[in-house]
Amino acid sequence: MKGTEAFRVIVPLLGDRPVVHANGYICRESFQVQDREANFYMIGSMGLASSIGLGVALGRPDRQVVVFDGDGNVLMAMGTLAMIAAAQPKNLVHVVFDNQVYESTGSQRSLSGEIPLDEVARSVGYRHTERVANEEELAAAFQRMLAEPGPSFLLVKVEPGFDPATGRVTHSPEEIRDRFMRALK
Amino acid sequence: MLSSERFIERLKEEGFSFFTGVPCSLLSGLISCLESRPDYLPAVREDAAVGLCAGAYMAGRLPVLLMQNSGLGYSLNAFTSLNLIYKIPVLVIMSWRGHLGKDAPEHIIMGEINEDLLKTADMEYAVLSDENCEEVLARARTVIGEGLPFTLLVKKGQFDERH
Ligand SMILES: Cc1ncc(C[n+]2csc(CCOP(=O)(O)OP(=O)(O)O)c2C)c(N)n1
Ligand SMILES: [Mg+2]
Repeated sequence: MKGTEAFRVIVPLLGDRPVVHANGYICRESFQVQDREANFYMIGSMGLASSIGLGVALGRPDRQVVVFDGDGNVLMAMGTLAMIAAAQPKNLVHVVFDNQVYESTGSQRSLSGEIPLDEVARSVGYRHTERVANEEELAAAFQRMLAEPGPSFLLVKVEPGFDPATGRVTHSPEEIRDRFMRALK
Repeated sequence: MLSSERFIERLKEEGFSFFTGVPCSLLSGLISCLESRPDYLPAVREDAAVGLCAGAYMAGRLPVLLMQNSGLGYSLNAFTSLNLIYKIPVLVIMSWRGHLGKDAPEHIIMGEINEDLLKTADMEYAVLSDENCEEVLARARTVIGEGLPFTLLVKKGQFDERH
């Protein structure tokens, strides 16, 4: 399963849930599949999608919050996994698209081939962790996570293969913030 | 000297409702007032705390981030590529270690360049004192209302310490 295929499976299941996106191709893939007001696209600040998502989840315990993260992003901010596990937000679903590379900068190898990030999440204290590698497993696991209390961590093993023809997020950072805050109202 | 307890109360009165950060001994009095509260979460790093505050803000809270100025080095990218371009405000309470070159060696350089770094990044700040407390809080509310971060620099002795 390629990254794009994983997004095609998961995005239609989101409903109106707010989704915080890690920087790089994660934003572009998701934007291409469906641009949503409730999408917060991070264009920089690598590593911070998880902490932003935690802040949203703590600020709005009545809304289920999703984070779309990358393996490189998670490895940069592994301490944030501890903050999420300590805070135990029931309403946070952390999805990691793990292609084992920093694809956005030219597919340099990351450490996630050696380091099983789902096991890291489990041992740090996420309530529910799963690893999937095909579309059927992905749809079923994501739906389980939406139905059960978190914090949940879904490791989606994908093959690299970003299509360079994929567009870029066309909204300005301020528009992204305004849209996202409107969707959270 | 300002009372930590009273200051946290003032922040609550001003509408601040979400607290996080990484400790500094100069801020230990403030943090000890926060630790038992449900709206305080210790952060593992200052940049993660910036992200946490940004999320909390977009979810409708007014966030406060406590850090030592050494954390400014860790969080400068988060301020420049998140807060300043998306217009996401936060009140930063930053201890000014190395002020006037009187501190442990690791604090001297940051103490010297602390203000210049904030100015270069175009991040408004004020040095907190007993006299200007109300005035700078009012200014902080204005800047935050414009969607920008505001930093209160805190010198040694400004707050009671508890450690
Ligand atoms: C602090 C910082 N370092 C490096 C970069 C450059 N950079 C942008 S995206 C990215 C890769 C992100 O990797 P991953 O989370 O695995 O996502 P992928 O690109 O594989 O989809 C890097 C290294 C950056 N934006 N910020
Ligand atoms: Mg990757």
